[in-house]
Parts: sequence; structure tokens; C-alpha cells
Amino acid sequence: MTINLQRAGLVGRSMPRVEDAALLIGRGRYIDDLPTRRDTAHMVVLRSPHAHAEIRSIDVSKALEVEGVHAVITGDDVAALTRSLTVGVKADVECWPIARDRVRYVGEPVALVVADTRYIAEDALDLIAVEYDMLPVVMDPEAALQEDAALLHPSLGSNCIAERSFRYGDPESAFAEAKHRFAIDVSYPRNSCTPIETYGVIAEYDPGEDAYDVTANFQGPFSIHAVVALALKVPGNRMRLRTPPDSGGSFGVKQGVFVYAILAAVAARVSGRPVKWIEDRLEHLMASVSATNRATRLEAAVEADGRITALRWDQIEDCGAHLRAPEPATLYRMHGNMTGAYAIANVAIRNRVVLTNKTPTGLNRGFGGPQIYYPLERLMHRIADELGIDRLEVIRRNLVPSDAFPYRTATGALLDSGDYAAALDTALANGNFDELIERRRQARAAGKLYGIGLAAAVEPSVSNMGYITTALTPEQRAKAGPKNGAQAVATISIDPLGAVTVKVASVPQGQGHRTVLAQVVAERLGIPFKAVRVNTELDTARDAWSIASGNYSSRFAAAVAGTARLAADRIRDRLAEIAAGQLNVEASQVDFLDGRIFDRLNPDNSISFNRVAATSHWAPGMLPEGTDHTIQETVFWTPEQLEAPTSKDGINSSLCHGFIFDFCGIEIDPATGAVRIDKYVTMHDCGRVLHPAMVEGQVRGAFAQAVGAALFEEYAYGQDGSFLSGTLADYLIPTVMEVPDPVILHYESPSPFTPLGAKGVGEGNCMSTPVCIANAIADATGAIDITLPLSPGRIGDLIFGEEKPSSQPQTRTPNKSSSGQRQLTGQGSATVSASRQTVWDMLLDPATLEAIIPGAHGVERVSATHFRADVTLGVGPVKGRYRAEIKLSDMVEPEAVTLSGSTQGALGFGNGVGRITLREADGKTIVGYSYEAGIGGKVASVGGRLLDGAARVVIGQFFQALARHAGGGTPHGGLLSRLKALLGGRS
Amino acid sequence: MPQLAADTKHRVAFHLNGRKVEVLAENRMLLSDLLRHELGATGTHVGCEHGVCGACTVQVDGAPVRACLILAAQIDGADVRTVEALTPTAQQLSPLQAAFREKHGLQCGFCTPGILMTLDALLTTRPDASEQEIREHLSGHLCRCTGYATIVAAALAAVEEIRKEQKYNA
Ligand code: FES
Ligand code: FES
Repeated sequence: MTINLQRAGLVGRSMPRVEDAALLIGRGRYIDDLPTRRDTAHMVVLRSPHAHAEIRSIDVSKALEVEGVHAVITGDDVAALTRSLTVGVKADVECWPIARDRVRYVGEPVALVVADTRYIAEDALDLIAVEYDMLPVVMDPEAALQEDAALLHPSLGSNCIAERSFRYGDPESAFAEAKHRFAIDVSYPRNSCTPIETYGVIAEYDPGEDAYDVTANFQGPFSIHAVVALALKVPGNRMRLRTPPDSGGSFGVKQGVFVYAILAAVAARVSGRPVKWIEDRLEHLMASVSATNRATRLEAAVEADGRITALRWDQIEDCGAHLRAPEPATLYRMHGNMTGAYAIANVAIRNRVVLTNKTPTGLNRGFGGPQIYYPLERLMHRIADELGIDRLEVIRRNLVPSDAFPYRTATGALLDSGDYAAALDTALANGNFDELIERRRQARAAGKLYGIGLAAAVEPSVSNMGYITTALTPEQRAKAGPKNGAQAVATISIDPLGAVTVKVASVPQGQGHRTVLAQVVAERLGIPFKAVRVNTELDTARDAWSIASGNYSSRFAAAVAGTARLAADRIRDRLAEIAAGQLNVEASQVDFLDGRIFDRLNPDNSISFNRVAATSHWAPGMLPEGTDHTIQETVFWTPEQLEAPTSKDGINSSLCHGFIFDFCGIEIDPATGAVRIDKYVTMHDCGRVLHPAMVEGQVRGAFAQAVGAALFEEYAYGQDGSFLSGTLADYLIPTVMEVPDPVILHYESPSPFTPLGAKGVGEGNCMSTPVCIANAIADATGAIDITLPLSPGRIGDLIFGEEKPSSQPQTRTPNKSSSGQRQLTGQGSATVSASRQTVWDMLLDPATLEAIIPGAHGVERVSATHFRADVTLGVGPVKGRYRAEIKLSDMVEPEAVTLSGSTQGALGFGNGVGRITLREADGKTIVGYSYEAGIGGKVASVGGRLLDGAARVVIGQFFQALARHAGGGTPHGGLLSRLKALLGGRS
Repeated sequence: MPQLAADTKHRVAFHLNGRKVEVLAENRMLLSDLLRHELGATGTHVGCEHGVCGACTVQVDGAPVRACLILAAQIDGADVRTVEALTPTAQQLSPLQAAFREKHGLQCGFCTPGILMTLDALLTTRPDASEQEIREHLSGHLCRCTGYATIVAAALAAVEEIRKEQKYNA
């Protein structure tokens, strides 16, 4: 369904976008398309293959020898020129953009190479030798809190970096008096909105002025500019940050590029030339930024009629290995909205922020919303079922009453406007809810698995920059000074020919800001849409901006477009005064239309807009007394409702609050567990709609991402911390085949707090849709514990129960262990035509080993029982170099020896133990071996399926070579243990 | 097979958007890098470099190909078309491009060139492609912004437009 709102003028119409023509003919200007200086070099990043390890040594000498390499930079080099990143809570911890003595997640930067081309830089990267000492890992937020958990940051003394408890109303009494209590435990998974364009940075350093100039496809908030300048130890005016004209999507994610802005800036300084870095997809998935995963227990005190009197939240937020700015914002963005769309007077909250061996988290569309609405709306569904009340009815009974707006929630949000009950009823009627019920009845009658899900949500937009200080205690806040507000800015300029330019600090990534601003300003100034040009690039050295600048928290329509309207109002008032003199009428009588300024009472008395508009340039002396020029007007606007947190921790975390009510029908294939979204209806109240097609574009885009989050997408980690979703073939983004077209409905309650009455709309479905789908799956299967993403495997577990292990376990089956490492085990034997002693000596001789180990470059004998080797091995298309360490123990010469080994390389790591026995038979020697090995890292996540076969081949090659070297003989079986050590390493 | 050195350069001659091009390219150079960084044809985008997202799709001898999955040396003698070739004149969009603007088939536009090249190849051979065919061809592309519905609508509108044009010309 499309919006059909009648309006005069331009605002509210689906104008064709001014952005599109360039993008459609291949003339977009994304970061990797921008011209650079001729001496610009390319940076690449060496990343940790381990989730947790001490860095014993880094040897960059070989990399530096490569022709075309300008610099190789380690964590200590970066630290010498920077300062640890500012952390958003009071904690004794350092936060560096690159590892120094320890790596804490797979993908953490360890070294940077700057070279003439990216190809050369990557060659050199392979030559950096890093020695690691592995440490135990912490992957689960709840496990991170246990006494015996490994510590990521010893200075903290704990993996919990921040904890606060909150109390609003009287939750204890409400729980004590309630007729019922219901609780739900939820583990919300990690995922990310993964834009199709990755991160990119171009950085320069001017030693003459000690100033950095960085262009990055950063999206804001520009509060991060302060973090970057502080890290680089320069005042803000020596840290110029620019954004490219086009950006290939962000959805919050490109906030995280700031870390690389710092690294590239340092690289430019060290290498003495401009440096460009374009992230690749593997890096992006592994280590750019992720939404938080969160373990939540939510409890409700409920009356007999389903009315909720209190909520108790216990949230454990997993921010990954470092608490990077602006975290723990994900946890506090929704703080005013912890009661969702409901009127619940009493709330208790316990928030803990923990660090684990995963990628640090940051902005992601929906920011904190899905983590809240998943437990809340699952619990609503459960409450209804437990009480035997219709699910819709339980939602209705708890909604914020229609006559209560503006409504202050228990935790401090001021819900600006709405009529939730009416919007819900409209959705049911116009979305044909009754027909959906009938579909479910028929489907079930036909033996199908069919369920209906519901979800109601409040969608906050225009963040209060002060909400994050709710993470501090009132005393800490008092000491630090109040933080509040959110400055939006717009500049309108008029040139000497009367042409109008609008400049904003909104940094869009495809949201069509230039089109909407042209509509708003052209309408207000009565000039043609095409006459207005809009510039949304941001240059901190030249443009008006503030910390709230950027594109996040769905702030554009409500705040930025509104501010442009305020600037247009001011210019218009002045133009009216100037024109009034020329038309000989009162200014109040002057009107603007079709490029003319005229007397409303006598439209023939008119003058061209351009002429009046140019007056300030050509004849400033003609301006009426007391009227300022119209050359340029900049308006900063911050809404007064965005106050600092109160002494009781109440916080109006956002300015606007849209309402969403979703319902859907879902059919599950009983044979495969595949989910088909049969129908999805989403009702939005986002205030006044400025551009219907763009609003629908935002809804559809968020919906598609939410379908991904519900059914496919997860940043999955093994228990050893290895990253398991390193390609787009593993991290599954829905395609056109998986995303149905939702029915989009609207209910309009203009916001009284924004200049145009608009509210944000870009994130709502990321909040409401995952749980709506989960509720439908619960309805279809009768299951209570539902964990995202609902892959066919998980659905299969819901329908059939867990799969039982086979009664006849296969031997020698390589499998993926629960640790996430690829586990290989095997045994076998080979006959070699030589005496036992000869074979024994061969196995302990570096020269022989070098000749027979497949791919060995140099076997070095460190001691009698310790060997080191460089090995190049390929698994399928993936070829890599590894460094292997092999130690011998339990030696019974010449009968048996135990080999334990580890290997590591850019593509992965491994470790294992094997036992070799030598038996004499007819003058030959039968070599028996058995091994157990684990493989992790990039290869294990990318090429896991290929490993097992490759292992067998490599081990086979070893024995063939051993037999050949000894003068004949045949291998049988397939694998060798010592090899396996190497092997483990290489694969 | 002879071992190729990574940095040996080969002469590669081909047609790019109708113009003859001759370059020296390393064996290992990807077509996507050749187009973007050696020739400055930045309309073709790179989203994954492992063949999944489809952003880099170009046409090689009329067939859609992922420029990140083939080497520059492989296009010697071929006819390569990129998004830059779709526009009949600088001021005018092709019916397919115009339909994308009309139906709001793009937001950030990063996936768009690849999608246009796939659809252009489809509509050249199958000007009356059905919605199902269009969906199947689009399923090799990832778009993170639009949710796809408007892309399908744009493709269908282009089919309609082409049909009208053909009728008019007949
Ligand atoms: S860049 Fe070629 S398919 Fe993604
Ligand atoms: S329009 Fe942004 S990825 Fe498709």
C-alpha cells in the first residue's frame, strides 16, 4: 500500500531524487572514487588470528625489505604518537585502536603496512612474523562475569566495566502486590547491518602545521571528532575531518571507521605521504563493528486482567573487547523507553556492561531497540498465553492511553504525540487482520505449521546527546557537568545571481537528504524545486557543525530538515522586508510563489525572487533600515525537551517517539524448517511525512535488514573465539528471494516538538520485526524459548526436538567441535624400507624434515627436542604461509615419540598432539601414528569443509616423501601425527 | 603449467564501452581493480571481492560477469561494458535507469551499477522478462538499503517502457 497524503506544495510529495542521476550513470563519488595526490600510498592492516593472546614479538624486518614498502607500523609506534581513546565510563582501562602487548579479538589490528599499492602492501603483510602466547578466552557475557573467567583487561580487575542499578516508582511493592509474575530470559545475538560499501579513509599529515586532514566515509555523530582529535593529540582545529559526497550505506556501522581514521592518520605521519585505506569485506565482517549481543532477564508484575504494574530488567551487555566511544550507548539509548509503548509506572533496572573476546561494538540501525523489544514483546505474548487472554487484548490494555500525550514514561522519556490504540485499530482494519486469522485457520486445518505474530513498539528518534551520561551516577554527572541537547544546523546562502544553496551537516548515506531539503527550502521560498542546490558533504574546517552532526538516531527529518525550515523562515522574512520596500506594500502582505515575490492582495505587483535575493550582494545600501542581509543564514537548533538526566536518573533519551504496530503470518515447511513470511503488515506513526516514497524506502530497508536478523544473520564465534562468519557466503544477507514486500500503513500524529512535525522512521522495523517474526514462530510451533536467528536448523529443533547423536559413531570423522575449532583426528600407518633407527634419525633431522614436509621452506632445530619451520600450504584456493613449532616428548628411542605442535599464519592457526610408533617387520619399519588437532582462524571459518581432505592429502604426501627418502616403501592409511602438528597449523 | 610471477605484466587489449583500450596489467590484477584504479572507470563498485554481493557486475561479451572474480588478463580481446555505457547521451537516462529513478529503486546507489548491468543483459536478451525471471536474476545481488521491492518494480516498469518503445517503433 502506498501513502496517499494530499498536500499543496512540495513537502509531502514523492519528488524524484536529485541524487539519482549521477548514481545511475556511474558518476557517484564514493570514498574510493575520489582523486588523491600522486604520492598517495596504500595501507593494509595485519590482524590477529587469535581471540586472546599475548604478543611475544613482532618481526617486521622482512616486510620492510619489500620494494615499494614505505612503513611498517606496530601498536607501540602508534602509541608513541597518540593517546588512548576516551572511554565513556569511569574505569581504569586503556583503549587503543591497535593491539599493543595483547590481542583481544580475532581481527584486532596488530600492524600496518604502507606501500605504493595495495598489492605490494599485502605481499609485505604476509612477511610480518608475530609470535603469540595464547590465553584463555571469554566469549559469553554471562560467563565473563564468573569468578574464574579469564580477564581481558587486568587493570579493571573484572570483565564488568560498568554497572548501574535504577529504580523508578515503587517496583518492589508492585511486585509484592501483583497477582502474577512472569519472566523471560533472552540471549539476543550479534549481527550488523553491513553496508555494501566498506570503510575507507584517506589521511594526510602536515608536519609544518602539525595538522591532520582526514577524509573518511564516517557518518557521525561528530562528537567522535573530539575523540579522534584527543587521540591524535592535536586541538580540534588541527584535525580536519571531511566526508565524501556519496557513501554506500552505513546504518550506523560507519561510525566505527573513526578507529581507522586515527590509524591512517598516524600511518600518513610516519610514512610522510598521504595514505589511503579501503577495508575489504573479510575485514569488515570480522572486525569493523557489531551491534551488541545482550543477555536479558525481564520480569513483569501482572494483574489478573493482564495489566502490567511493574517491570524488572536485568541486562548484561556485551560490548566486545574494548569499550569504544560512544558505548555503552547501545544500552542507554532506549533508557527512557524501557516500558515500550506501554503505561507502566514502576521499573527496576540493573545494567551491566561486560567485555568479551569479540569485536568492539558500536552504532547499528535500531541501536539498542531490538535488544529491548525482543524480550518485552516476547513477554507480552507469553503473559497473554499464560493468562488465557487474547494477545491483542493484553497489548491494548497496556498501551499508553490516547489522551495522555505528551506522556512522561517511568524512566523519563517524554512521548511527544500519538494515538496508539487508534493506530493499532487502523492497522488491524486496513491490514485485514481478520483475514489473516482465517488464513491461519485454513492452513492449520490443512495440516500446516502456521503462526501469527504481533509487536508494538515506540520508535525513538533524535537522540539526546546527554543520555549516555545516564551510565554515570548522579554524583559523577554533577562533577563532569551536565550534558544534554542535540544541535542541528542548516545554512542557506544566496549567491549574486540569486541562486539558493543549502548546506547541512547531515552526512547521508543514501537517504535522499538533498532531495528533501530542496523540497523544504524551495517550498518556503516559493522557488522551483530545481532552483535549490543542496550540499551534504561535511568539512569540519569550513562548515557549521557540532557534536550532534551526522546521520544517526533517525534525526534527519525531525531535526535537520526542521532546522533548514527555520533558516528558510528567517531568510524569507528578510526577503519579504526587502521586497516590501520595492513593491511599496507592508511586509506582512508579501508572498512567494513560482520564483516571484508579490503583493498577496495584488499579485500583479511582483518582482523576481532572484532580483530581491541578489540585493544584499549588489546594493546592500538599499536594504531597509534594521533588515540584515540575505547572503547567508546559519541556524543552530536544539530542542528544549532534551534535558540532562535528572538527579533521579530520569532521562528523555530522544526527542521524538513514533509508534509501530506490526503483525505477520508465517508458514513453516514441516520437512525442512524453512520459514516463509506469508504476510507482513507494518503500521507507522512517524508524524508528518515529508516524502512518502522515502519513508517507505526506509521502512522497507529496515524491514529487510530485520528479516535478515530474524532468520539468517549472526556474527558467530566458536568457543575458542574464532570468527565463523567471515564471508558473505557465511554471513547470510537476505536476497530478493527472501524478503517479501510488507504492507505499509500510516497514521499521522505530527510531533509538537519539531519544526515540521516530522519524526524519525528509519530504524523502527529493526526494532519491531525480529520479535514479530519470533512471536509468529512461537505461535506456529508452540515453543517458548526462541533464539535468533531462526535458521532452518533452529526451527528444526523447535519442531522435531534436538537431533540425537548417531548410535554408531564414525571413527576418524573430522568435525566441528563445540569450541568452534575445526577438530581433526586420525590414525594410520605406513611402511618404510629402512631400519627403525634410520627412520628415527630421519624424523629428527632438520634436513630430512625439510625435504619431506610438504611446503617446508626452512626447518630449524631450536634444541634437540624443538623444531621450527616455515611452511606454505594451500587448502583449495587459499594458500598461506605458516610458522610451525614442533616439540618432541615421551621419547623412547627408536620406538615411539610424541609430537606436540602449533602453527600460526595469516590464514589461521592450529595445534595438536600426535604419537608416532615405529615397529620393525621384515627389515622394514612400520610407522604408526595417531593425532588429534584443532584448527582455527580464517581458514577454519572460510574453508572448513576443505580441511579434512586437505589434511589427509598433506599427511599422505609426508609419508610418501619419507618412504621415498628412505629408499622405497609405501604409505598406507592417510595421516601422520607430526605432520598433523604442522598441518594443524597450516590449515 | 608454468609458474607465473605475481608482478609480471601482460599486455591486455580489449574494448571498454566501445573504445579500444590497451594496458599493461600484472597477472594477478583483478578486472575490478583494472577498471577502477588503472582506467578510472569508478562506476563499477566493489562490495566483497569474493563473488557474492554482485556490486562489481559488468558485461563481458554481453554476459554479466563479476569483475572481482576474473583477472584483467582474461579479458584480452573481449568486449567489456560497464554502467558508464548505459546512458545513451550525457543528458538522458536509458529506460532502465529512468525507471530506477522513477520507482525509487536505489538509495545509496552502491549496489546499483551491478544490478543495472545484470538487468540490462537480461532485458537485452529477454525484453519481455517475467517478474519471476527478474527476481531470479536479481537474486545474485545484495542490496542493503531498499529491501528490493522498488528494484523489482523498476525492472518491471522498464520492461513496460521497452514494450511501449518497441510498439511505437514497429
Ligand atoms: S565485489 Fe564482486 S561480487 Fe562482490
Ligand atoms: S541502494 Fe544501497 S545497497 Fe542498494
